Amino acid sequence: MKNENLYNYILGIADNSLILGQRMGELCGHGPTLETDIACTNISLDLFGQVRSYFQYAAKIAGDGRTEDDIAMLRKERDYKNVLLSEQPNTNFAYTIGRQFLFDVYHLAFLTELQKSSDLTLSAIANKCVKEVSYHERFSLDWVKRLGDGTEESNQKMQEAINDLWTYTDELFHQTGADKAMVAEGVGVDVTKLKENYYKSVSELLEEARLKTPESKWFQKGGKQGIHTEHLGYLLADLQYMQRTYPNMEW
Amino acid sequence: MVAIDQNIDKRLIPILEQVSDPEIPVLSIMDMGVVRSAIIEASVVKVEITPTYSGCPAMDVIGDDIKKALKDAGYESEIELILYPAWTTDWITPRGRKALEDYGIAAPLETEADKAVLLEGKKLVKCTNCGSKNTRLVSQFGSTACKAQFQCEYCQEPFDYFKCLK
Repeated sequence: MKNENLYNYILGIADNSLILGQRMGELCGHGPTLETDIACTNISLDLFGQVRSYFQYAAKIAGDGRTEDDIAMLRKERDYKNVLLSEQPNTNFAYTIGRQFLFDVYHLAFLTELQKSSDLTLSAIANKCVKEVSYHERFSLDWVKRLGDGTEESNQKMQEAINDLWTYTDELFHQTGADKAMVAEGVGVDVTKLKENYYKSVSELLEEARLKTPESKWFQKGGKQGIHTEHLGYLLADLQYMQRTYPNMEW
Repeated sequence: MVAIDQNIDKRLIPILEQVSDPEIPVLSIMDMGVVRSAIIEASVVKVEITPTYSGCPAMDVIGDDIKKALKDAGYESEIELILYPAWTTDWITPRGRKALEDYGIAAPLETEADKAVLLEGKKLVKCTNCGSKNTRLVSQFGSTACKAQFQCEYCQEPFDYFKCLK
């Protein structure tokens, strides 16, 4: 493929939204209240919409007849390059919110920068997505505060989720080979430069929510290389079931 | 407010005005501002539409409906989805805003005011049932991606608010 770096770069961004979108979609009909159920599935819908824009562009670059659906549905686990954070399960509502919050703060900063990409398609997608993601961040932050600053039990559960998910945050700022190549061309975002601000604002927001910023310096990584936690396989089995069982099935 | 970068052939306007948003049937796609250009090139109509939200499931239907309306009027057409410049609620026309209100969806506030409503709890969104501004935000996400849920504290009626997107 001629533009292999760009292709891989796009997939790296899009896979986060795809996998997180699938996780949020799991709450359809299972949210703790009707309003949160609708909110989570709306976020899922936004993320899937964004994924379509990315994958349509990636399919065009690949130029080998693959469609957006092939890219989304027919890869093997090792070929998904999403960060580990995005695939973590909905253990309870605090985990759902914690995962979303830790990702949203990053996602918003990332898209803000991606708007400046020299690649006009990517900057147009970022320009569109950033508006939607600012609503996601408002929602997740609101709930982090409500739970953190709520009852003793809600505070404890929210803290536990943040503590557990914390180990997956550092990976957001790791660069792959494709990342480096795209940054050099002015197409990609240098995520290493987002790190300091990220931890600073996350920790300020956690404090507002009466939560402690975890001190652990030990971080998990691997998602960007396709080495995932055990949760992804189950998620993909669910996501890909229909296309695997009835290949090329359409609505 | 009509955006300056729209490029629509006058002959096509009456046809396109017949096509409505499938999720808000009172609102034509022209009043919604999703048609960015429509030109006739060698007897083929080329239409560019832009989504309100990336995941808006109505876009495929809107594309099909435009094709059908143009075909009924004797035109073949090609539809292209464009993302830039990104859609904003400023592109909803005054007629569209009125149609929304009449339908029971509070129209997006024109200024930054709606952020104040969402973030600081100020009471600015008017109930579509009784007109009271004593309303509260129930959830930032409503029945579709473009709407938030409100409830009137005066008449207790729940209603949708079309989120401001800029």
